[in-house]
Amino acid sequence: MAASTEKSQHPAFYAVVVMLVIMAVGPIALMFINSFKFDVDIISGTSGLLFMPTIQNYETALCDILPYEIDHLDFCALKFGGAFMNSLIIALVSTVLTLVIGCMAAYALVRFKFMGRDTVSGTTLMVRMVPPAVLLVPVFGLWNNEFCISKSSFLGGLIRDTFGGRGDVCLAGTHSGIILIYIAMNLPFVIWILQSFIVQVPRQLEEAARMDGAGPFQVFFKVVLPLIKPGLAAAAIFTFRIAWNEYLLASALSDRDTKTVPILIVNNMSEFNVEWGVIMATGVLLAIPPIIFTLFASRQIITGMTAGAVKG
Amino acid sequence: MSTASLNRLTPYLFLAPAAVIMALALLYPLGYMVYGSFRDWDPSQSLGESTFVGLSNYVSIWGDPNFHESMAVTLKFAFTVVGIEMLIGVGLALLLDRKLRGMSILRTLFILPMMIAPVVVGLIWRYMYHPTLGVFNRSLKSVGMESVDWLSQHALLSVIIADIWQWTPFIFILSLAALQSLPQSALEASRIDGATGWQQIVYIKLPLMMPVLIVTGLLRLIDAFKVLEVILVMTEGGPGLSTEILALRISRTATEFRELGVAAAMSNFLLLLLLFFTIMMLSYNRWQEYRALKARRLIEEEL
Repeated sequence: MAASTEKSQHPAFYAVVVMLVIMAVGPIALMFINSFKFDVDIISGTSGLLFMPTIQNYETALCDILPYEIDHLDFCALKFGGAFMNSLIIALVSTVLTLVIGCMAAYALVRFKFMGRDTVSGTTLMVRMVPPAVLLVPVFGLWNNEFCISKSSFLGGLIRDTFGGRGDVCLAGTHSGIILIYIAMNLPFVIWILQSFIVQVPRQLEEAARMDGAGPFQVFFKVVLPLIKPGLAAAAIFTFRIAWNEYLLASALSDRDTKTVPILIVNNMSEFNVEWGVIMATGVLLAIPPIIFTLFASRQIITGMTAGAVKG
Repeated sequence: MSTASLNRLTPYLFLAPAAVIMALALLYPLGYMVYGSFRDWDPSQSLGESTFVGLSNYVSIWGDPNFHESMAVTLKFAFTVVGIEMLIGVGLALLLDRKLRGMSILRTLFILPMMIAPVVVGLIWRYMYHPTLGVFNRSLKSVGMESVDWLSQHALLSVIIADIWQWTPFIFILSLAALQSLPQSALEASRIDGATGWQQIVYIKLPLMMPVLIVTGLLRLIDAFKVLEVILVMTEGGPGLSTEILALRISRTATEFRELGVAAAMSNFLLLLLLFFTIMMLSYNRWQEYRALKARRLIEEEL
């Protein structure tokens, strides 16, 4: 091993590495570059980096939340800004709730020895197996027809009086409906990964806190939680990524006001005349949060990924 | 409430939210789906209003040539993709398994394609495959070759290439992790015995990596059956049914044809298929653990 590290690698080897990097990152870079081009430049094919950069595409995409008037646009048709707000609300709320609920469950599973790790990892795997397409039909039916509060009941009437709208109050079409299914999809993985961190928290620490008169909730929030931050980070990234990127279930459950960004991108792609510049700009905006996470926390991501596969 | 009873209740209090949500939003829907697959169910009805039709949804998908077509496409897609990704991913891992400066940067760049939204991946590739604007046809044209209409003439191939781009890094990273945790003593011993690089790979590295490789392959296979957004954005299942994988078929049956009962029956079918792969993977894991245990016992007895 020592010999092979000392001697420098063959130049062809570096060529292969550079080519691989270009192949992996190139398409994404292409999208970044094109999002700063005018549509004329994209179509005429002025190749490479010789073009006038513009932020016009981003302005068009975000026209409904920009504070200033945009000259090149007389009508704001796309309304991506609202969709970004929806995506952000849904992804953030579902991440926070999944972490809180998952953390409590993982703690109970470890400290009170309910179920072994085998059961949890089995469940994680089973849930991982379920495709979103399979959940589409039942979730659509349930959220629209069963998970409702009748408008004649007190609570339902109250909601209808304050927020308006017609019919019974149902989960479908609300942020909470989408958030609920994302939490359920992510919980097993989060519980499973947090379990492996909580196991490592020394028991004596908790007992010492209990001696000092802390209740079970205080022990959990003041002692355990600060110690498992790295695990929380990994779990948060995975949950946020799924909630932020997901298309199918969101498209079935959202209504006009709760559409997320992936839905708008798909809708605009299926039109006959695709405006490439604008659509690339929205693609970039959708891709930025996951890319930032990857650049700053790739170690945690890789740990989560390998753990998921190598240890069933 | 006294402190003692609060303490006794704590574990249940901590578990309750997770249990309630899982039961309400995951288990109940799955049961609801199985129940719904036996009924003639329209999106405007609640399940209670629909009529019971026995196995007729299953019979109809059994005789539906479109479903067969989409099943064939799904299997072709999944197995091709996993096969090629395993070959390239493991090959690259063997190639790059040396002390490289900047290896962590390399890994970070490689996982980017699987972190960004599938919708965005589809968008990027649809642009690159574009008959006149796309990178591929422009390069072909610049070297004087005929341009190819990727997404209509070679739709399945194009979709497969995009998936390989996105997911090969997954296999690469897992097999690299497996390679770097191999026992150095075995490699050392083989080197002393005069094994060449190839012999080391074929007789030592690959057999020792095999358990991880099999689990990785099965995981990837399960995920390949779930692909939907990338294909939806790139081809919308077309032209014809040439790229309409099962997940896409389910969502179209539910939303376009408005036959929730049939879609539920298809979902059930897909779920059973994936359950089969998952159980295979779990039992393989069990078997490996059992074998390791037995080997350890044997060694202990010898001592």
